[in-house]
Amino acid sequence: MSEKRNKTLLHCTVNGKERDDVVKDNMLVADYLREVVGITGTKIGCDGGECGCCTVLIDGVPQHACLRLTATCQDVEIETIEALAEQNRLSALQRGFHEKLGTQCGFCTPGMIMAAEGLLRENPSPSEDEIRQGLAANLCRCTGYIKIIEAVQFAIDELGSKGKAA
Amino acid sequence: MNEIKPTKSIGVPTPLVDGPEKVSGKAQYSADFMPSDYLVGRIFRSPVSHAEIINVDISAAQALPGVKAVITGDETDETFGILPVARFEYPLARDKVRYKGEPVACVAAVDVETAQKAVDLIKFKYKELPAYFTSQEAMAEGAVNIHDHRECNIEREVDYDLGEVDEGFEAADLVMEETFNCAEVAQSQMEPHAAIAEYDPTRDFMTIHASTQVPYYGHLMLAKVLKMEESQIRMIKPFVGGGFGCRTECLNVELICALVARAAGGTVRIVISREETFITHRGRPETDVEMKIGLTKDGVITAVDFKVIQRGGAFSGYGIVTILYAGGMVFGLYDLPAVRYKGLRVLTNTPPCGAMRGHGVTNVRYAFESLLEKMANKLSIDPIEIRRRNLLLGPKYETLNEMFINSYGLPECLDWVEKASNWKKRKGKMGSYKGIGIACGHYPSGASKPVNWSGEPHATVHLKLDWDGSITLLTGAPEIGQGSTTMATQCAAEVLGLDISRFQSLTSDSKFTPKDNGSYSSRVTYMVGNASIDAAINLKNILIDAAAKKLEAKPENIECLGEVYRAGTQDEGLTFNEVVKAALEGTGTITVKGNFDTLPESWGTKKYRGGAISGSMAYAYAAQVVEVSIDPDTFEITVDKVWAAQDVGKALNPLSVEGQIEGSVWMGMGQAISESTQFVNGLGITNSMLDYKVPTIIESPSIKVGIIESVDPHGPFGAKEAGETSLVCFIPALTNAIYDALGVRPLDLPVTPDRLMELVENSTTNKEAAE
Ligand code: FES
Ligand code: FES
Repeated sequence: MSEKRNKTLLHCTVNGKERDDVVKDNMLVADYLREVVGITGTKIGCDGGECGCCTVLIDGVPQHACLRLTATCQDVEIETIEALAEQNRLSALQRGFHEKLGTQCGFCTPGMIMAAEGLLRENPSPSEDEIRQGLAANLCRCTGYIKIIEAVQFAIDELGSKGKAA
Repeated sequence: MNEIKPTKSIGVPTPLVDGPEKVSGKAQYSADFMPSDYLVGRIFRSPVSHAEIINVDISAAQALPGVKAVITGDETDETFGILPVARFEYPLARDKVRYKGEPVACVAAVDVETAQKAVDLIKFKYKELPAYFTSQEAMAEGAVNIHDHRECNIEREVDYDLGEVDEGFEAADLVMEETFNCAEVAQSQMEPHAAIAEYDPTRDFMTIHASTQVPYYGHLMLAKVLKMEESQIRMIKPFVGGGFGCRTECLNVELICALVARAAGGTVRIVISREETFITHRGRPETDVEMKIGLTKDGVITAVDFKVIQRGGAFSGYGIVTILYAGGMVFGLYDLPAVRYKGLRVLTNTPPCGAMRGHGVTNVRYAFESLLEKMANKLSIDPIEIRRRNLLLGPKYETLNEMFINSYGLPECLDWVEKASNWKKRKGKMGSYKGIGIACGHYPSGASKPVNWSGEPHATVHLKLDWDGSITLLTGAPEIGQGSTTMATQCAAEVLGLDISRFQSLTSDSKFTPKDNGSYSSRVTYMVGNASIDAAINLKNILIDAAAKKLEAKPENIECLGEVYRAGTQDEGLTFNEVVKAALEGTGTITVKGNFDTLPESWGTKKYRGGAISGSMAYAYAAQVVEVSIDPDTFEITVDKVWAAQDVGKALNPLSVEGQIEGSVWMGMGQAISESTQFVNGLGITNSMLDYKVPTIIESPSIKVGIIESVDPHGPFGAKEAGETSLVCFIPALTNAIYDALGVRPLDLPVTPDRLMELVENSTTNKEAAE
């Protein structure tokens, strides 16, 4: 068996619910979400910091859940793809990705949507260039990104804050 | 009467039926299955490229508390492989290891730390053998055989000589030849490979979820290596995070997972790392192409002679098919009167290659389209014009290797890109460091002879209709993000005139769904789409009969309007639910099936060995114009814009067709400018998403898609391939654009800034020398 590791009593909020968990000090947020909290929407696509599939919002800011140690998340708020649907309705971004085909295989999608969510909270009417900048840490192997940009633009329109820039 | 009309599904842009799960995080991929008692599987991999195995000592690993099983090559002496003629791979190496990273042993333990520790305790004793990392080294005289039964490390040599080749070259006014090198590339799908195997010892039954494009072939191989009855295995393909050919054959991951689960008597989950996923890649082999073309002074092709060498890696995989495609698929795009081909598939001590998107076709087409362009320039013929002069005289055209072409939208593709890109005004006039280029390509809609010929139809779809008026579509066709389930649903919905919301689907679970060969070689839309139509017609006939009985009319007088069935326009008719009720009377739940089979005329030629490869029911066509700018200082290439026209027969779901074309153009761009898997002494040095450079959203261009519909006579509603052809065109269109911009022609892929700079520098010194 693995020897006893240092553990931390963690208090944090995941998708609006407060939690207290004992977590190993070497546990990454991505594994914490998937294995401890038991929500598997957050995906792991690489060996650390390469792909963006694991993007979640930590205190509202997009971060790679595979690079952050859970034990450093004391009192933070973590939001994942599972939190986005509002009152049983997909969010504007989720609808955009669905209706505009911003998702094909869907593996990059949770991370992509969370990165876009972080972007829109920061800047509700990003230009195409700003969308590209905002999603630059997220790889997608299916779409060529065109419909991902359209999906985000769909959400911007839906949210009634169309950007003036091209 | 109220206006009731059947609902249209075909040709309507339709978001994917499984989209909501994907955007909400509910979609479950193989790695998302974590039952409470699962064990963690970890693979011990060979640290050397080529060696005889002396001993694999697992005693210390076995003794570690928390370890439930450790297995080695002793676990099974059965080989696996996609092609019955080349099945030489063991799930875990026996006797020899043949590439760095080849699985040697596997541990199942209670947690990941324990599993890793156990892996570290495995002692591997071996005697190193000479290893070969290039085709040339492997074929060199005196090289030891990597496989005893493959002399000179040649997996397969293919040749043919069709038409009067020498006469063709004699008749030519211009003959040119050129040699191209294309680096090995990997699919790099976003989901690393994963499998979860649940072995039930009381029933001797194996249930496995795996990230695969071919659950049926996986099922066959599982039974073989486990030496279990096929009926004792249930194979499920959950959501899959991308394919592109990386999972078109059974991989060692799922086999090892099942073997170790049985050894541990429980459930084992193996999720391999990104690095291991690169080692397991099955990508496109490094390819050398020597291409020679003869043209009349008017630009008409008189003969082609070409040679292809593929560095296949340590096992065959799809290799024999790849080298046959490379030869056979030179036909079918243009009218070729005489062709000679020689292909060599070589074994090397690198990870095995496989069937990557654009399988077999891509690198040869790159060479062909580049050389044709070069010759067009020499003859001062416009690149679009020279292609027009060589069009097939069809449709209804038979190539020298007996490919039957029944639909051919290439002329329209050329017209579309010429107009959309404003070609005539811009070609050659883009200003310095800017250029545009064009290329064409084609790709089959599924192989007409499957690799495992069983005598069954190519595709079977079931539709289950129940008392609640809902229809469940059951298909084994693996949905891997390409939209196959949506497509099959649309086909059935269209026939029945119903909205797709009446349908649910169940896919790729061997316990419930009919067998399907899998998602590869762009077969699914063509074959499964047709099977879905057939099933829906059968269901519709049952419903019409039931309505006729109820309405006391003749079946031929019943009009099906989807939600209403009626006998003549004055009849109020029956609602769909009433018809369902009538149909179920006395018989209960209805399940119908539909099949699809290919026509013998599409089975390829017998003129040379392996000529069946390339035979397809239909071919998709594409033309593409690429616009680039080159940074004058750094020689960095920016793809500004792409116009991609593809003849898809009929766009069943235009949204999905666009997505497929955009994605494949983009993937072609990666291969053209940045992607290559590299090895140093057999050690992969690009095994991460940072080192293996797929384009990011920043450098990805705008792509204008032109959908051309030639309506294939046998395709489902006329449809054919949509997801591979446009990849094939991008690469030569780009290098042709670079020539337009700089006056130099890249021959080797990827075209990196360093290579381009070197080319330009050499060409200036050469010019200076000539002056
Ligand atoms: S999983 Fe790839 S960046 Fe986190
Ligand atoms: S949708 Fe497949 S990786 Fe983005």
